[in-house]
Amino acid sequence: MARARCLLTLALLGLLAGQLPAAHAAAPTPAAAPLSEQERALHVLNRLAYGPRPGDLEEVERMGVKRYIDQQLHPERIPLPAQLQASLAALPGLQMTPAQLFVDYGPPSFDKEGSKEEKQAARQRAPRELTPQFHMARLLQATESPRQLEEVMTEFWANHFNVFEGKEWVRYWVGDYEKNAIRPYALGNFRDLLGAVAHHPAMLYYLDNWLSSGAGTRGARGRFKGLNENYARELMELHTLGVDGGYQQADVITLARILSGWTIDVNAMKAGAAPFSFAAQRHDPSPKVFLGKPLAATGYQEGEAALDILANHPATARFISTQLVQYFVSDQPDPALVQKLSQTFLSTHGDLRAVLKTLFDSPQFWARSNYQTQFKTPYQFVVSALRASDIPVRNAKPVNGALAQFGMPLYGWLTPEGYKYSQAAWLNPDALLRRINFAGNLVNGKSPIARPEGEAPPSNADARPVDAQQLLRTLGPAVAPQTAAKILAAPENVQAGLILGSPDFMKR
Amino acid sequence: MNRRDFIRYLGAATGGAILVPVGLSGCAVAPTGDKSISRATPARLAYGSPAPRAHANGDGAPRMIVVFLRGAVDGLNVVVPHGDPEYYRARPSIAVARPGEPNGALDLTGYFGLHPALSPLLPYWESGQLAFVHASGSPDGSRSHFEAQDYMETGTPGQHTTRDGWLNRLMGYLPPSESPLQALNVGDATPRILSGHNVVANLQTGRAATRPGLIDQPRMMQAYGPLYEGDDAIAKAYRDGIAARRELMAEINSQEQQMANNGAPLPNGLSMDTARLGRLMRHDPRIRLAFLAVGGWDTHINQGNGTGQLAGRLSPLGAGLATLAHELGPAFNDTVIVVMSEFGRTFRENGNGGTDHGHGNAMWLMGGNLRGGKIYGQWPGLNQAALNEGRDLAITTDFRAVLCALSERHMRIPDRALEKIFPQYAAGSKGVPALFV
Repeated sequence: MARARCLLTLALLGLLAGQLPAAHAAAPTPAAAPLSEQERALHVLNRLAYGPRPGDLEEVERMGVKRYIDQQLHPERIPLPAQLQASLAALPGLQMTPAQLFVDYGPPSFDKEGSKEEKQAARQRAPRELTPQFHMARLLQATESPRQLEEVMTEFWANHFNVFEGKEWVRYWVGDYEKNAIRPYALGNFRDLLGAVAHHPAMLYYLDNWLSSGAGTRGARGRFKGLNENYARELMELHTLGVDGGYQQADVITLARILSGWTIDVNAMKAGAAPFSFAAQRHDPSPKVFLGKPLAATGYQEGEAALDILANHPATARFISTQLVQYFVSDQPDPALVQKLSQTFLSTHGDLRAVLKTLFDSPQFWARSNYQTQFKTPYQFVVSALRASDIPVRNAKPVNGALAQFGMPLYGWLTPEGYKYSQAAWLNPDALLRRINFAGNLVNGKSPIARPEGEAPPSNADARPVDAQQLLRTLGPAVAPQTAAKILAAPENVQAGLILGSPDFMKR
Repeated sequence: MNRRDFIRYLGAATGGAILVPVGLSGCAVAPTGDKSISRATPARLAYGSPAPRAHANGDGAPRMIVVFLRGAVDGLNVVVPHGDPEYYRARPSIAVARPGEPNGALDLTGYFGLHPALSPLLPYWESGQLAFVHASGSPDGSRSHFEAQDYMETGTPGQHTTRDGWLNRLMGYLPPSESPLQALNVGDATPRILSGHNVVANLQTGRAATRPGLIDQPRMMQAYGPLYEGDDAIAKAYRDGIAARRELMAEINSQEQQMANNGAPLPNGLSMDTARLGRLMRHDPRIRLAFLAVGGWDTHINQGNGTGQLAGRLSPLGAGLATLAHELGPAFNDTVIVVMSEFGRTFRENGNGGTDHGHGNAMWLMGGNLRGGKIYGQWPGLNQAALNEGRDLAITTDFRAVLCALSERHMRIPDRALEKIFPQYAAGSKGVPALFV
C-alpha cells in the first residue's frame, strides 16, 4: 500500500510510475533554461506571497502569472474573505484609536493610589491583552489574506520602519501603527508612507522625537529640555537616504531642529484627541539649510518640506530599490536592476506599485539563477509552513514563540534597522534544527497553534495529521523530485514533517 | 623583543600565569592592603574552589565565559563605596550598610565592599580569583537599554550598523577546530554578541536543555540524513547542527545521569544552567567561549539595600557564579568569567526608592589564574563635580579596554585581530590608559 501511494505521488510529480531511480537520473535543468509555467507559478507564490496554500499553484497556473501579478498589485480589487474580516473584527485592541489604547493600557491607567500589586497588574495588561491581539492580526492576515503582496509589503515596510514593541509605550501602538500607518500605503506612494510613519506615536516614541525641543525654546523644560537627534538620524540613515546617502552630521542636527516640536500630546490623548501634535513653543524657529536647500521658517511645514526632499532624493530611490531587489530577487542585488527601479521611483515620484511592476517585469526576477535560491527568513518559513499545511492560526503565542526561538519575534527587533533578509543572517545550525523540530510538531495534528489557548489537544483518534501526499501536491515543484523520493522512502507518519523540514522547503 | 615575545617572557617569568594584570592606572582610594596573596609559594591546583592558591597551572585551552546582566545592574550597590560618606548621603534608603552593620557590605578593601547577597563569591576574592573593574562601561552616552546592550554586544558603541557580535568575531581568531561546539550560548535565540558567520551552538536553559527534540530521535536523524547530503551551505549547517546536538546531549545526559546515580540533587534556577555549563566546559576543552544572559536588573522602584529586590536578584547570581567556578573544576584555571551590564544607574536614589538609567558600572572578573583580590580602574569619586552629567558614576575605563586585555592576554588573540574584533576602539584607542601591562 505504501509503495502504491509512493508510486502514485511520483506519477503526480510527472515521473514515470515504477521508475524510482529515474528521479535520480533525471538530467539537471540547464541553468539558462526559462522557468516552466508551473515553476513560474511557484515563483510568484513564493516571492509575492508566503508560499502556496492548497490549490494555489493550480489556480495561478490557470489564470496565468501575469494576471496574478496584476491582481496582487491592486489589492483593493481582491475581496477579503468574510471569515478573515470577522476574525480581525473580533480583536478589540485592533479597533481602538491610539488615544484609547493609551488611556486604557498606558500609564494613566496605572492607579497612583493603588497597591503595588494593582499597579503591577495594570502594567502587565498590555503585554497580556494587547500583544497577542496584534500578533494574531498580523498572522491571520499573512496566512489567510488573498492580498498576499500587500502582506509581504506590509512586513517589508514594518521592518524598514522598524519599531520595537518592548520599548515601553510602543506596545500600545504597534498594532495601530501597522494597520493605519503601514498597510494602507504598502503599495501606494512612498512619500505618503513616510509621512504616516513620521506622524505616528509609535515612531515618535520609539525614536524619541516626541521629547525633542529646539535649544533655548520656551517649551524646552523638564524632560523636553534638549534636542534629540535620534529620529532625525535614522530617518536619513535607515528610512530614506541610506548610510552612504551623502548627508553630514550637520544635516542630522538640522533635521532634528526641523522636526523639533513634532511630539505626542499626552493631555490631548487623555481627552480623546489624536496623539500627534506640533508644539510650536518647542520648535526651533531659526533659519535652516537642509541638504543644501534653504528652508523658509514655517514651523510645522518645515518638517513636511524636509520629508518631501527626502522622499524624492535620488539616494532614497537607490536605497529603497536596493532593498526591494534584495527582498524579491537576490541577496546580491544586480546594480542594473537597482538602477532601473531607481529610475521608475524617481520618474513616478515614489509610486511603489510602479516600482514593483518594473521589478516583476524584469528578466532578473525570472532568471533561473534566482529561482528557489533565497533562504527563507524565520517569518517566511513559519508562515509558508502554516499556509502549505493549511493549519489555521487560532493561538498566536506558540507561533511567536517559535519565531522568537528562530531569532525573529514579531515586532521584536530592538534596534531601528530591522531584520535582515539574507541567508547569511539566518542560516545557522541551531536554528535549522529548530526549524526541523517545528516542522515535525506542526504537522502531527495536535499543534497548539491550531486551537485557542487553553483548549485541550485532540485525542489521538481525533487528531488529523497533515497528509504528506496533499502537502506534496500543494508545494509542487518546490520539493525537487529527488527530495520527494527520499521523503517517501521514510515511514509514512514522518513524511509531512520531513517535507517542511527539507532543505527544499527552506528556500523560496 | 617584539610584543608577543614580551608577553611570552612575562608569562614564563611569573610561573605560567595566564593573566598578568600588574600595574593599574591606579586606584588610590582602594588599596588591596594585606589581603593580596603571596605569589612566591608553589602552585597548588585549586580546581575551581576558592581555596588559597598561587598561580595554578592551567594546562588546557583558554576559555572565556561572558555573563550579561540585562537591564543595567546598580554597580554602586554591587561593589559598594562604603568608605565614602557621599554614598550614604545620596542613598538614604537604598545604600548598603557599612561592614559590620546588619546586612552590611562585606569589606573588600577598606573602602569598597561587596553586596552581602554575593557572599558565595567572597572566598574567590580572598583567594585572589575575583576582581572588579569599577567605573567602567561604554563611552556611548545612550541610556536606552536596547541601544546600550546592542553597543556592548557588537563592541562598537554608537554604531547601529554593526551586525555581528564581538564574541562571534573573536571566535574567528581562535585556533581552527573541527568541533561544532567551540562557542555555546545558554538560552533560546542566539544573542547579538554571538551573531555572525561563525557557528554557535545553543544550550537551552532549565529542564528543557535535556528534553530531546524530534531531531534527537534516531529514526528522525535517519530520515533527515539523506535529505541533507548535499554540499551546499544548508546541508553543511544541518550536519554541523546534528554533530553539535549529539555531543551536547550525550555529554549532558551522561553527566546528569551520573549525578542522579550519586544521589546529588540538581540545582535549581541559574545554578542549574551554570552547573551544566561548567561541567560541559570542564569535559570538553574544545568549548572555548560561552555566553549567558541574566535579566531583571532594571530597578526603578523599591530597589532595597542589603536586602530587598536587588538582593533577591544578586543572591542566585552569586550562587550561580560560584557553582560555575566549582563545576569548571581544573578548567577554572583556564577560564575567565566576565560579568557585565549595559550601563550603571543614577548615583542618587530616586523618589521611588530606586535608581534610573545611569552611566558607569563595575565589571566583574573571575578566574583561576586571575590576579584578583583587586579593584581595577581609576576611581573618579562621587562628589558632584566628578559625576557624569552631575548624576552618574563617571566612566574611567572603556569596557573594550578590559575585553581587549582579556582577549589578548588570556585568549591569546593577536593584536591585528583585536583591531577587527573592536574596530573603532583599536582605531581610536590612543590615550586610553592600559589596564594591564
